[in-house]
Amino acid sequence: MTHLKLLGTTALALGLAAPAMAQEIRFMCYSDGNECEVYDDVLTRFEAANPGVDVIVDVVPYQAILENLPIQLAAGSGPDIAKVTDLGGLSQYYLDLAPYIDRAYWEASFGDTLGWYRGAAGGDAINGMHSQLTITGAFVNATLFEQAGVEMPGADATWDDWAEAARSVAAATETPFPMAIDRTGHRFAGPAISYGAAIVAEDGTPTLSDEGFAAFTAQFVEWNNDGTMARDVWAGQGGATYQDAAQEFINGELVFYYSGSWQVGRMDSTVGDLFDWQVVGSPCGPAGVCSGMPGGAGIVGFSATQHPEVVAAVIDFLAQEDIYAEVTARTRNLPAHLGVAQAGVEFEGASPAAAAALSAFAADLADVAPSAFRYQGYANNRAMFGITAERVSQAIVGELSVEDAVARMAADLEAALADAQ
Amino acid sequence: MRWPGWPPTSRRRWPTRSKGVAETKGQGATAPAPPPEMTALRGAGDGFALRLISPVMRLVEIPMIALQRLLGINRLAWVFLAPNLLLFGLFAFLPVILNVAYATTGGANVMLADRPQIGMGNFERLLDCANHLDPNTCREDKFWRAVWNTLWFVTLQVGIMVGFSLLTAIVLNGKIRARGFFRSVFFFPVLLSPVVVALIWKWMLQRNGVLNAFLDWAGIGGYNWLVDAQWAFAWSVFLSVWAHMGFYTLILLAGLQAIPRDVYEAATMDRASPWRAFRRITLPLLAPTMLVVLVLALIKGVQTFDEVYAFTGGGPGTATTFIIQYIYEEGFAGSPRLFGLSAAASLLVAFVLVVLTLVQLWVNRKSVDG
Repeated sequence: MTHLKLLGTTALALGLAAPAMAQEIRFMCYSDGNECEVYDDVLTRFEAANPGVDVIVDVVPYQAILENLPIQLAAGSGPDIAKVTDLGGLSQYYLDLAPYIDRAYWEASFGDTLGWYRGAAGGDAINGMHSQLTITGAFVNATLFEQAGVEMPGADATWDDWAEAARSVAAATETPFPMAIDRTGHRFAGPAISYGAAIVAEDGTPTLSDEGFAAFTAQFVEWNNDGTMARDVWAGQGGATYQDAAQEFINGELVFYYSGSWQVGRMDSTVGDLFDWQVVGSPCGPAGVCSGMPGGAGIVGFSATQHPEVVAAVIDFLAQEDIYAEVTARTRNLPAHLGVAQAGVEFEGASPAAAAALSAFAADLADVAPSAFRYQGYANNRAMFGITAERVSQAIVGELSVEDAVARMAADLEAALADAQ
Repeated sequence: MRWPGWPPTSRRRWPTRSKGVAETKGQGATAPAPPPEMTALRGAGDGFALRLISPVMRLVEIPMIALQRLLGINRLAWVFLAPNLLLFGLFAFLPVILNVAYATTGGANVMLADRPQIGMGNFERLLDCANHLDPNTCREDKFWRAVWNTLWFVTLQVGIMVGFSLLTAIVLNGKIRARGFFRSVFFFPVLLSPVVVALIWKWMLQRNGVLNAFLDWAGIGGYNWLVDAQWAFAWSVFLSVWAHMGFYTLILLAGLQAIPRDVYEAATMDRASPWRAFRRITLPLLAPTMLVVLVLALIKGVQTFDEVYAFTGGGPGTATTFIIQYIYEEGFAGSPRLFGLSAAASLLVAFVLVVLTLVQLWVNRKSVDG
């Protein structure tokens, strides 16, 4: 028994020691679709070209990236590389790749998205590679429109136009829900900006209580109460919990679904030929702004790593145009790499509907307001997303009036900024 | 099989501290011989095994004797206690101390050394209210909503649960058919994981759930239970009662069975009605058990988190957000992570739980003392 134990311990010790010599790199990855699988596959080529380097892709749920990774990083026990979405919020832990890579290539390829990874500190560090660019926008059940005999609003249609059209379609086809927006402050921000909200001003001051934000909050609460919006999505949850309405849309119970480009793969594979769907981008606000929210995920290295050169080499490998284009095509994402975007991507195995949807989302990028880009790169945006989801939900269920909810959002934001410092 | 020299009689004394090691060793040398039947049972192999084990045991014995010489026999007890003390210290006492330390610091940093000291700032923030009865007037309105929700929940859940448990225990204590089967049926939900309980009931009560399908079929029409604040709260109470009732029923059943039969027989001979027997015999004699059940249920009620969190997520709005969920969300799920604030809130909850436990101990002692 003792012998066995001893042998076990020795094997364990050797097992731990061996990869350390072989430069083991741990990559904490989450998938919206098949991203981690594709990275794992692509990185075997990197391993073949760099003997002695072992990149281990640890696939984790998205929740682990949001909740566990920051704590691991603060405790100094995080992975070497991770795929993250809190781009600016974790910037203090990022490894500056600049000393190890070709700065000119990176700046030419990733442009403004590099700024999202610099957080509040700013500067000119190259902290991460934006691996998938996303943009929020609306999916529409075209079959229901056809059945109802209602004409789909045009490209410049407002949120009001779409609400009216969706209500008519739902009434005519006995569909339970005319509209739904994912329960997160990120999705809420697009229409709020279209209604005139500044959210993050040019000088970097955040606000969740200006006139535009209050106007869309009031409108959204009203739509939830009059049945235009699927009440289940925002009122059915507590706290800042994320809730989407993709399943309702897939089930044909929803006419207009405001989500984002990352859902294309899921729609493509699950809706099939149940009904025709299409992407119509972001509707406009009363002032004519038609902004969605940009976003997405990026791959970053952490400064606590034992092998900064290898970590930089791995990320630089993934940032090369041919590799980036391949991953984008295989994962059906929008590219943030300007070279890849210009050359165009042939999405592998995508149906005509999915290809059209991705093109529609890509075309919508031009309408994204500057404040939306600022919000995406703002270091405390996660706190603001949470505050929005919580307080707007309280207004929907009647715990707070719209005015009180807006006042609470202002107070919460002030407290969060004080706590974050 | 009894060893003739065991247990030690009053004539034989254990070595005292003043007499020390020499006597202990000497006693070992003059220990009584093993009983003849045991000697007979021993084979030749035993002697061999002893010869093999003895040197190994000597390896342990030598340092122990040295320690004993060094510390004296009474203080040697600490050596044996040390591993346990270390584990408890590390995993029970240290976290409590850390919790207190975090509660007095602010900011969003994880490492204690990086966190600024703010004294009682977190407690002041939590307790800052114009009117504690109206959460909207409080600085941390979510905390007070959670407090009032928890209070309502505990009152309803404990009241209903103890009532139903008592009723069920009385029925299951009677002479009914398939008694064993029914006892297991009522206990079964206790065995389920709280998350499973929540998912089962969510599956039944959601918009397209089983209950609504039945109501639609019956022509009554379904209802979106989990989006209505009052209904979501009511169903949370129901689900919690359903999940935990069996445990308390079992305790009350044991209490009922401990009541002597002859008291009831005497009551029957005096022509007491069953209701009178219940009021004058069952309830008073069950009181100590009832008290344990009440206090246990209260403590468990205050700690409610997992089943309701998986059931409603604390919604709609904050209708089913209880105090433990508030602590979790402030400290871990939200951004920035306010470890200080949630540590302070958890200390306030701990204080309430300690008070409840002390009440239990006090009343228990009172009832035992008579």
